Amino acid sequence: MTNLEFTPLVFGISAVAGCLGALTGLGGGVVVTPALTLLLGVDIRYAIGASLVSVIATSSGAAAAYVREGYSNIRIGMFLEIATTLGALLGAFLATRTPTAILSLIFGLVLLHAAWQSSRGRSHDEKSKKPDRLAERYRLNGSYPSAEGPREYQVDHVKTGFSLMFGAGTLSGLLGIGSGALKVIAMDQAMHVPFKVSTTTSNFMIGVTAAASAGIYLSRGYIEPGLAMPVMLGVLAGSLVGARQLIDTKVRVLRWIFAAVVGVMAIEMIVTGVKGNL
Amino acid sequence: MAAPNYQWDDQRLEVIISVLLRTGVLISAAVVFLGGICFLSKHGNEQPEYHVFHATADTYRSVWGVIHAVGPSDCQAIIQVGLLLLILTPIARVAFSLVGFALERDRIYVELTSVVLVILIYSLAAPH
Repeated sequence: MTNLEFTPLVFGISAVAGCLGALTGLGGGVVVTPALTLLLGVDIRYAIGASLVSVIATSSGAAAAYVREGYSNIRIGMFLEIATTLGALLGAFLATRTPTAILSLIFGLVLLHAAWQSSRGRSHDEKSKKPDRLAERYRLNGSYPSAEGPREYQVDHVKTGFSLMFGAGTLSGLLGIGSGALKVIAMDQAMHVPFKVSTTTSNFMIGVTAAASAGIYLSRGYIEPGLAMPVMLGVLAGSLVGARQLIDTKVRVLRWIFAAVVGVMAIEMIVTGVKGNL
Repeated sequence: MAAPNYQWDDQRLEVIISVLLRTGVLISAAVVFLGGICFLSKHGNEQPEYHVFHATADTYRSVWGVIHAVGPSDCQAIIQVGLLLLILTPIARVAFSLVGFALERDRIYVELTSVVLVILIYSLAAPH
């Protein structure tokens, strides 16, 4: 296959991944890497490098739409970005020292989790009544617009959230994904940040987290221009289309389809990883 | 002492930041696209070899290498410039937040944001 054939093919696959990622809120990065490695036989390190770059593009491109709604909390975002960027450095450092078979295996497990996450709705926890001291010290509590005017919220379990964010950053750096799902879990379920505030703040954080490991990927030669070009443009185009097509009624069916696709990819990645080890 | 109105200032800050982010993405996508056209016109008939990892050429692996290599004859370097602009976009966002927090005279957040900025610059500028 020549570049003239390969580039449009990669662009197409990336556009589908970006569109699905935006529609389901899971992000395109988590689908692009297995698609490139499983369908086109691209080395997982090149795929991870290209995917990471596309993650920055979708996160930054979508920020404008989110911000206008007034849901994100830049204080929570900036506070937690210390954890995610440090985690991302660790993840990128580990990525260059981890055998590709192990990377493939971990990727498969993360995909399985994404499939499971995508197929179920979210559950609500009981809120704790005691105000968190760290939340007050760093003024993480905020408010968001609702039909009845601004609604105040309190943030809990800041330490737990911070630790989870370090983990999310590490996975992001290790696998070249945005790890938005884990970021939302850390805020929504651990810290009891309202769901909409969690998702929009997470989107804001994804780009910064990815930028932290991008430098290491670049110097290690993971970012191959000929491949990253169609991936970045494809995922970006797909996610812009996907973000516009957001229709609530179809999302449930779509989530199931997405969960099934991701589940199959997960198993393939795990099989690839295990085979590589033998 | 009355509580300062953080919400309003933060909200205004975020709107400016979001415009910055979108502009950064659009510019970098345009540069990557131009580099892509250039790449395909010159290397369109070559076989890509991404199934074996041998790391990108040294010139495309650092900020300085890319800046020195870029020109109409080096299409891959043009793509890398676009990708570097993309990586710089969230970093610019953090830098801009730092200015915003400084204007709000929020010392804790000036410190926190500085830490994030140092981590990001370390990742991009330090040799690994």
